[in-house]
Amino acid sequence: MSTYAAAIDIDRVFHALSDRTRRKLLELLSAGPATVSKLAEPLGVTLAAVVQHLKVLEESGLVTTQKEGRVRTCHLDAAGLSAVEAWVHERRSLWERRFDRLGDLLDDDG
Amino acid sequence: MTPQPVAHSTFAIERFYAAPPEKVFAAFSDPAKKRRWFAEGEGFHVDAFEMDFRVGGTERARFRFTAGRPIEEGTPCANDTVYMDIVDGERIVIAYTMTVAGARISSSQATMEFFPKDKGTTLLFTEQSAFFEGGDGPEMRKQGTEELLSQLARELGV
Repeated sequence: MSTYAAAIDIDRVFHALSDRTRRKLLELLSAGPATVSKLAEPLGVTLAAVVQHLKVLEESGLVTTQKEGRVRTCHLDAAGLSAVEAWVHERRSLWERRFDRLGDLLDDDG
Repeated sequence: MTPQPVAHSTFAIERFYAAPPEKVFAAFSDPAKKRRWFAEGEGFHVDAFEMDFRVGGTERARFRFTAGRPIEEGTPCANDTVYMDIVDGERIVIAYTMTVAGARISSSQATMEFFPKDKGTTLLFTEQSAFFEGGDGPEMRKQGTEELLSQLARELGV
């Protein structure tokens, strides 16, 4: 039920995840932090394109980046994915809560 | 404006109850019992709950959100159901829509199966839904985002 309001917060996350290349970036980062150039290699796209995609991922809370000197390192940020998880969970939690109450009712009735 | 795509999603919930199938089933077929677990929960005020438990029969529930919910207090919510299939003690299939603040947000088919297990019952609930625009706030429904949801659900294992 609360998804009605909460979903607005994850608007950006769903937008970020709607792109195949960005999802691939997340898959790569789920193995561990990586530099921008390291991420560009397996994707077969330009560094500039990766930077653009990372910017979208960063703004949506899916990725954090840190720059040291000339090297930018990217990490997976749990916040964005947790928001998606919560959204999907809440989608079903109305029924989950109902079935909890059903259990209570069956117990009460002996 | 471009029409917004309808998002489809399927999920299943499995529960075990330490009560025989006929007793669990009765909690679905008896209106007084069903009202207690289905309609009356924290966060809602129940304005109406009526059900006609037979194939082709309807169920009508009207709620209002109470304070402390992410949705504004007093927002009306409607749940309208048609019983599509009933096998006594074994299966119930329903089709239902949900309406929030006058806007229909989803239309679903839900199947409830009751399996005897040990001295209890395994309840398997499977829902196949279509989510409409505006269901999550109009801002949410940007082009291309919603087709992802069913995919996400699979990836998240729900």
